[in-house]
Amino acid sequence: MADEIQELSASAAAAAIADGGLARAELFEHYRARAAGDELNAFTWVAEQPPAPVEGPLSGVPVAVKDLFCTEGIPSQAGSKILAGYCPPYTATAVANLEAAGAPVLGKTNQDEFAMGSSNENSAFGPVLNPWDHSRVPGGSSGGSAAAVAAGLAPWALGTDTGGSIRQPAALCGIVGLKPTYGAVSRYGMIAFASSLDSAGPLTRDVADAALFYRHLVGRDSADATSVAFPEAIEIPTGERLDGITLAVPTGLVDGEGIEAGVRESFEASLETARSLGATIVGCEIPSARYALSAYYVIAPAEASSNLARFDGVRYGLRVEEGRLDEMYTETRHDGFGAEVKRRILIGTYALSSGYYDAYYGRAQRVRTVVARELGAIFESADFIVTPTSPTVAFGLGDRTADPLSMYLSDLFTIPMSLAGTPAISIPSGLSEGLPVGLQICGPAFSENRILGAAHALEQAIGFDGSPARGGAS
Amino acid sequence: MIDRDELLHVARLARLALHEDELDATAAELSSILEHVAVIEELDLEGVEPTAHIGDVSDSLRADTARPSLPRDVALAPAPAVRDDGFLVPSPQGE
Amino acid sequence: MAGVELEPVIGLEIHVQLRTATKMFCSCALGFGEPPNTRTCPVCLGLPGALPVANAEAIHYGLMIGMALESELAPVSTFHRKNYFYPDLPKGYQISQFDLPLCSGGKLGAVKIHRVHLEEDAAKLNHAGASGRIQGADSSVVDFNRGGTPLAEIVTEPEIRSAEQAGEWLRLLRTTLRTLGVSDVNMEEGSLRCDANISLRPVGTDQLGTKTELKNMNSFRFIERGIRAEVERQRALIEAGESVTQETLHFDPKTESITSLRSKEEAHDYRYFPEPDLPPVVITETMLDRAASALPELPAAREQRYVEQLGLSPETARLFAWRAELADYFDAVCAADTSLEPQLCANWVTELQGRLGEQEAEDSKVSADALAQLAALVASSAINQGGAKQVLDELVANGGHPAGIVEAEGLEAVGGAEELAPIVAAALEANPDLTERLRGGDMKPIGVIIGEVMKQTRGRADGKEVTALVRQQLGLS
Ligand SMILES: [Zn+2]
Repeated sequence: MADEIQELSASAAAAAIADGGLARAELFEHYRARAAGDELNAFTWVAEQPPAPVEGPLSGVPVAVKDLFCTEGIPSQAGSKILAGYCPPYTATAVANLEAAGAPVLGKTNQDEFAMGSSNENSAFGPVLNPWDHSRVPGGSSGGSAAAVAAGLAPWALGTDTGGSIRQPAALCGIVGLKPTYGAVSRYGMIAFASSLDSAGPLTRDVADAALFYRHLVGRDSADATSVAFPEAIEIPTGERLDGITLAVPTGLVDGEGIEAGVRESFEASLETARSLGATIVGCEIPSARYALSAYYVIAPAEASSNLARFDGVRYGLRVEEGRLDEMYTETRHDGFGAEVKRRILIGTYALSSGYYDAYYGRAQRVRTVVARELGAIFESADFIVTPTSPTVAFGLGDRTADPLSMYLSDLFTIPMSLAGTPAISIPSGLSEGLPVGLQICGPAFSENRILGAAHALEQAIGFDGSPARGGAS
Repeated sequence: MIDRDELLHVARLARLALHEDELDATAAELSSILEHVAVIEELDLEGVEPTAHIGDVSDSLRADTARPSLPRDVALAPAPAVRDDGFLVPSPQGE
Repeated sequence: MAGVELEPVIGLEIHVQLRTATKMFCSCALGFGEPPNTRTCPVCLGLPGALPVANAEAIHYGLMIGMALESELAPVSTFHRKNYFYPDLPKGYQISQFDLPLCSGGKLGAVKIHRVHLEEDAAKLNHAGASGRIQGADSSVVDFNRGGTPLAEIVTEPEIRSAEQAGEWLRLLRTTLRTLGVSDVNMEEGSLRCDANISLRPVGTDQLGTKTELKNMNSFRFIERGIRAEVERQRALIEAGESVTQETLHFDPKTESITSLRSKEEAHDYRYFPEPDLPPVVITETMLDRAASALPELPAAREQRYVEQLGLSPETARLFAWRAELADYFDAVCAADTSLEPQLCANWVTELQGRLGEQEAEDSKVSADALAQLAALVASSAINQGGAKQVLDELVANGGHPAGIVEAEGLEAVGGAEELAPIVAAALEANPDLTERLRGGDMKPIGVIIGEVMKQTRGRADGKEVTALVRQQLGLS
């Protein structure tokens, strides 16, 4: 029975519970036990028992929640020492929406500190291991969520994406990750990294699960002034063809250096598959793409430097007692934040400071305008832009920690969509040297239904098996 | 690109202590990042407006209706130090 | 600089707490002396993950203020983050407005307005004495009840030239804001706070001297005294050939001394940037219409109406209009008896206010109706001025109805030629010398005759009527 439960996708488990073929408590305990036995360091907290059941369309299928989300009375530490043991008095809207739809919280997942990182090595609670190869990183920052789903420790998980933090770990772990249109999912209660870029979305085994999860995640929230009502219902995709669909490949970007041969091969094969499903493949250019990365590494740290000012040792979290107020502030923040977070706070503070604002933050925001315009122009003649999600497969633990810039390059393909606020999904496109490769499909704002539809068709044709245990063989 | 003095100034603004043995390495890391992001200087941005917010939100305001506040013990529970029903802090200097 | 005549250049920055039901960016009710930290939530405590949402009513009040100050209203207004660390600032930044304030420019009275913007108030930091935790260290306790209260910051152009003008203008501003109903405007309770930027320059030039900022003066008297003291301090420095240092100052009203608030002033770098959590606020026609229709008659318009339509003297019109409570009382007196001349009502309101001192007329024992009745008795000559003043004294002391008091005290005017003529005749007869002088055209002694008649009538005669009778009886035209 345990194996049978394990085989069920989240949607299938929800259906089984709804028909009475599976007991809620059994499903919860199955995953609770697996999460508690986690050897990947994917979880920072696991429920000891199921919460009181809530009737709803998600029928009790448990969800793993990235630790960036506040959960009332449950540790919400954002991967940071400065929030170690912190239990908020309220629950994030995104989590509350899932709970209201019937999905209980299974546990909280590890992450890069304050979502800053692409390898999950910047966690105060230790790195997460990639279930495909324990010597490699799962990607980040939603590394715990991705590893938990890929290893079958959770049916699905909630993550966040600021510059690629859902899509890149989904790719590196061989699962599906959807970064929504900016504003479609409430950010209330999601600990802020870069407010104008942050979005919350699902990490799931397959595209249908992502659609079901996303259906219950979206919605206008009066507590988040930047949130918007999704203009249509999210549908569960069933299509298997791509007839009449045009996919645009940003040639300059994907032909650039730094992209691994195996990743390129898998990407080419996906394009071939798409063609066989009826899609037309065209080339396109995003001339600003190489500036997008730089603009991102100005905007995100600038906003982060301000968002993280509230961690001052006064109302919650770590305090280093030093007698005088200023020393209390500076030593608390020195000890409480990890190296990457401090680096970004300094870069961001510098970029906003007097005399540098125009050259850095001001310019970066204008680059952002250019990026959004260029993507918009492509969407006038193509349905989607497709790229590999990450230029490389999962890299070794410690390989890039010495060089922050090499780590930043992991986000090369995911950042333009973050700057433009447009949705994008990563689905597994195959393996390279035994490790998963992700395919990114991006569309204009609020095109999630169409993206999910195309992703579903490709997923069916690619036939990737998401289980690391079976090595991804179909 | 960023020297020790500038670094100390920025760290001061950010209320982030940098210990003596961290200064040189941090300055070098920040310099290499700043050098990298400096490519945005190449782009011709004449007449391009900055984007501060994505998307159009028309009804972002809140009705002026009160909702219950947190019970005080809940508000104070995570505080590192509490006195007289408030958050205890070292006094700011010069006040 | 010695020998050059210097004039003060003063600009004011006024922070006004808006009287909304809830805070600027969260749904906590505003605090009014509740126990500490009982009006907080994740937003105003700056908890991780919490987000601000702007209060529509605060925007509405801001628009009303802008309209009252004849400002230009922004079609789109944005919020910025002003970043700095302080224990009373939970997020490490204050949400304020920067390059697109709600209102720009404008004018109130003779003073031009630079801008009006909205922001959130800081929390309260209470001194807690030495902490037991660390030897010798001083500590404070933060109460977040006030944190997040909506503020309108009103900044004037540096056009004020004296402490008195600053005080007078602030009273006009306070009346305007109170009339709008957007704030309690109580300086003692901190709902109206004023900082002044002060510099001196040679008269007739427009060069700018080094300015100092005088912080948080909490009463009109202190503001005037503080500005006066700072102007004198700067004048003495300049005349001694020294220079003024740009700094933030505190005025101690007890000692009349001025001290530097931050001796080691750190160069501020607030790193303003657009608040990403708050989309730009688009000011719609609906919002403008609502604000416009909520505007009551403002002091300047009221002053003008009193002069042009009611014929009040400009001094009286300003006295009433700039003091809304008094003007409201005056309006009530006029309304109580529309047959009365407004100037007569105004005289009696002024007379009453003179007796009340700091107390408001509407809080006194004299109802507007009673004052109108009193004015009517005077208008119909049923009592004379002296009698009416006695009635007013009684009303102020004990309240009641003027007619009743007149009757009880026997204050009816002695009126009509039949009653008064013999008394006048007797008075003339009793003073033949004076009568002779009067007959010869020297009217000076008339006062003595009137005094005599008043004595006989116990003050109930009307002076004018007595004069007329004297003239008649002596055959003077
Ligand atoms: Zn609040």
